[in-house]
Amino acid sequence: MSAKEYRTVSSARGGLLTVSQVPGIAFGDRVEIRDSQGRKRNGQVIRSSNIEVLIQVFEGTDHLDLENTWVRFLDTPLEISLSPEILGRVFNGLGEPKDGRPPVVSRLHRSINANAFNPAARTYPKEFIQTGISTIDGLNSLVRGQKLPIFSASGLPHNRLAAQIVRQAKLPDEESHFSIVFAAMGVSYSDARFFQEEFASSGVLGNVVMFINLADEPPVERLTLPRMALTAAEYLAFDLDRHVLVVMTDMTHYAEALREVATAKGDVPARKGYPGYLYSDLAEIYERSGRIKDRHGSITLVPVLSMPSDDITHPIPDLTGYITEGQIVLSRELHNQGVYPPVHISPSLSRLMKDGIGKDFTREDHPHVSNQLYALYARALETRNLASIIGADELSARDQRYLEFADAFEKRFVAQGEDEDRSIVETLNLAWELLSLLPPTALTRVTETEMAKYHHHAGNELRQPVQKEPLA
Amino acid sequence: MTKQGVIKDINGPIVTIILPGVANGEQVRIGELGLYGEVISLQGSEALVQIYESTEMVRPGEPVEGLSHPLSVELGPGLMGGIFDGVQRPLEKMFLQAGDQIPRGVSPDALDRESQWTFTPTESLEPNTQVSGGIQLGSVQETESVLHRILVPPDVSGELIEIAPEGDYSLDQTIARVKTADGEIRRLKLFHRWPVRQPRPYLHRDHSSEPLITGQRILDTFFPLMKGGKGAVPGPFGAGKTMVQHQVARWSNADIVIYVGCGERGNELVDVLDSFPKLKDPYTGRSLMERTLLVANTSNMPVVAREASIYVGITIAEYYRDQGHDVVMLADSTSRWAEALREVSGRLGQMPVEEGYPAYLASRLSAFYERAGRVETYDCGRGSVSLIGAVSPPGGDFSEPVTSHTKEIIQTFWALSKELADARHYPAIDWVDSFSEDVSTAAIWWHEQVDRNWEKRRGQALSMLARDAELSRIVNLVGPEALSSAQRWILEGAALIKEGVLQQSALDPVDTFSSPEKQFLLLDTILAIYDQGADLIELGVPVQELSDLPILAKLRRCKEVYDSDQLDQLREFREQAIKSFESIRSEYAQRGELTS
Repeated sequence: MSAKEYRTVSSARGGLLTVSQVPGIAFGDRVEIRDSQGRKRNGQVIRSSNIEVLIQVFEGTDHLDLENTWVRFLDTPLEISLSPEILGRVFNGLGEPKDGRPPVVSRLHRSINANAFNPAARTYPKEFIQTGISTIDGLNSLVRGQKLPIFSASGLPHNRLAAQIVRQAKLPDEESHFSIVFAAMGVSYSDARFFQEEFASSGVLGNVVMFINLADEPPVERLTLPRMALTAAEYLAFDLDRHVLVVMTDMTHYAEALREVATAKGDVPARKGYPGYLYSDLAEIYERSGRIKDRHGSITLVPVLSMPSDDITHPIPDLTGYITEGQIVLSRELHNQGVYPPVHISPSLSRLMKDGIGKDFTREDHPHVSNQLYALYARALETRNLASIIGADELSARDQRYLEFADAFEKRFVAQGEDEDRSIVETLNLAWELLSLLPPTALTRVTETEMAKYHHHAGNELRQPVQKEPLA
Repeated sequence: MTKQGVIKDINGPIVTIILPGVANGEQVRIGELGLYGEVISLQGSEALVQIYESTEMVRPGEPVEGLSHPLSVELGPGLMGGIFDGVQRPLEKMFLQAGDQIPRGVSPDALDRESQWTFTPTESLEPNTQVSGGIQLGSVQETESVLHRILVPPDVSGELIEIAPEGDYSLDQTIARVKTADGEIRRLKLFHRWPVRQPRPYLHRDHSSEPLITGQRILDTFFPLMKGGKGAVPGPFGAGKTMVQHQVARWSNADIVIYVGCGERGNELVDVLDSFPKLKDPYTGRSLMERTLLVANTSNMPVVAREASIYVGITIAEYYRDQGHDVVMLADSTSRWAEALREVSGRLGQMPVEEGYPAYLASRLSAFYERAGRVETYDCGRGSVSLIGAVSPPGGDFSEPVTSHTKEIIQTFWALSKELADARHYPAIDWVDSFSEDVSTAAIWWHEQVDRNWEKRRGQALSMLARDAELSRIVNLVGPEALSSAQRWILEGAALIKEGVLQQSALDPVDTFSSPEKQFLLLDTILAIYDQGADLIELGVPVQELSDLPILAKLRRCKEVYDSDQLDQLREFREQAIKSFESIRSEYAQRGELTS
């Protein structure tokens, strides 16, 4: 650590500080700044030459003056101290304790900007995680090592859903739960509180590392916070062999902080004022999840983001969707109808599902059942649209069935209790109950064998109309 | 002698260096770590360099070294089955040497120097003859399915003094000596280097005459791409771009497949690495990995190397083309490449034109796509590079710059649709927005090789789908009751085409690949049955009677019941199906209910 302090600050504006005549300062170096009152601020070098050095100040440049500002270069990148003691602790975006307890003492420090994983070092994620939530397990299965975001919007119960996933996630045959890394960027005090209480009441607190930056804390810290959290997650997963579930909320605040900083730096804006490198920047975060060859642990990432004005084509959800392995989209319409969790099936997707389900993982009919439910629900929604125009009474008998299916699907399959932990077999059996509302001829995505085994009216002559099954 | 200089300024991946005598495009190594970079502009003794690796903790004043050559790739045996990063560093080797993460400043040889290859010299080639670039010196069996022809490098010509006899050689051993016009002796090896930004030369361009068969019905039958053609797959996220690219990589009848994962997910490349060795090439019966090469710059890898990665890919593709092979190169995704271009141009403070992209986006894109094509090589007959680029338009909006510029250049456009994907109609290729400019050329091949009625049937199916879209709009407004029986039968027919032909499951072992014969037979069967039904409806048979026939449900499943080598059974099924329609006809005739 360099003891030398520089007072050659030549400009201070928009969170950026320029220091002149400091040769040989490393790009990305950590900086400590002392103001006229002796208060300490933190910064990082974002451009360096022998003539001047540009520093991003985490706490902002308000109230700094050029004469009475001292700058010290620490000759180290942003790092985090790691030891098993981090479990149960709360940190801020710089890795400093936020729980009033002393800092973690360890000889192990890691730069939070890890080098990229070698694709040849990865193994393909395949182990099905049972979340106990039918819309996820049945239709958008999560596997260990996947990055699967929740696309939400203001006023929707994404926090409750994320908490339910954290509570219930496990492999179907194992009782062992995940270690949790929780990263909150720019969230309200009440949201942070909700999660803390949630972890406490489910008794997992000792198995959680929290990184919290509240809405009124420095936005620049939101940029380093997820990287701190993921470095901690990598340590837990690949040094300590744990299965780690990382929940990040809210990525929208993260991206907004990035835009704020980029604008201050004068970066060329691309879409909606976000810098052109938003994609690469988000990818640096999301791609740190996964599984690595010969390592026991894994990092499963569930970022939560709110879509500004419910718009899925907004750059933040849009670029996220291009990087992550699917998305769980929440629907305001379902939420307003009182359906919890209000998972909007049509745009939701899990890309890694295909290899983690089926005969050896869940049940042999799972891939087809999922596909069939999707296709039927799409068709049923079309029918519902039609019914809203011409009236349900005008529909053919067969179309009436589709309407009935759509209602039952939303009320019985999508909706479930916040404490309801459905096993995958329960989810699939429920799916067949719904599929049996329709005659076998309407089901083209499931095989005949599966139909014979699971369809409630499989024995009936195909051309005969099926007797209506009373809803349970 | 290497050129030495110092670092002046570091601005993320863009570094200003002072290095007199350095050339534009030259490779440099900067800093104590020796990070690799490329000079992108010069001003006096200063040069701007884009660095392929992270510049964290690099300082002004650290040394710089000029390497006196542009970004080049090693071309020779040992490429197939490999995975390389965006500047052709061998990732498997780096994993073994350096562990899980890619370290900075290391650059092992792309091709393994230890391996021995059995070289067989060209018989007719005698010493003392004149040779020039592209002349075949001999060959090496690179993998069971790939014969690797060893060529004189494009920049060498002169008198062949000596050629090595048949035997095992490593890459560093000399296999031929050539005396150039100015008396210099060039020692040729099994490999050579070629700068990636310079297209490799060929004798002349040739027109494409054969479609690339991908085994995917909507691609081959409806929107064919020729061998040597240029195609694009645009689509919003979740519509299945990568799946389409993977399917083409798996099942197309190319000799070589180069898959460039440009700014995409790491796990997708792992999927290829895991699944391809287990999959069999339907044409040779050999493992698919024997003919496949991966270039991987995942989204979290440094952005500048991403810009280079597609040039690395296309240069390797051209190299195999020059050996007379048909090569398919897949670039997933060109949008990420364009974004890398944008990011660098932004850092340079260049004037943005559309959505922050630099003005040279269109010309760079078209110059890249133009490297595809079918050519007459110097010594190995005809070879081709077919180029398929995925495009990831923000928000799925096809009017954005990358999609719209790409659309102007390519011949085949496979447009993916969010609506189809949401209904789990895969591949979600929209038959309205997609196009192929080569249907009439492809038709010649289909008519000769498969069936004379191909173009007619294709047209009939497309017009039914168009009618279906029109009628569906009416149904959505006033309900199906408003349609006549004939119109409702069209809806039924279109549904059969969608489910029985267009939808194809990549996960179903039978359905994942359809031979051209099977493709045509499926389509022809469905249309024949539709035609039969249309006749019956004209004769007064109620449409409901036909729609409920169990044979139609079977027809939808034919694609996954009959393999490409069970076409006789499929033909038998077709006879049966037609018979069951005939029996309805006679039933009605007996009852005297037919109007004529």
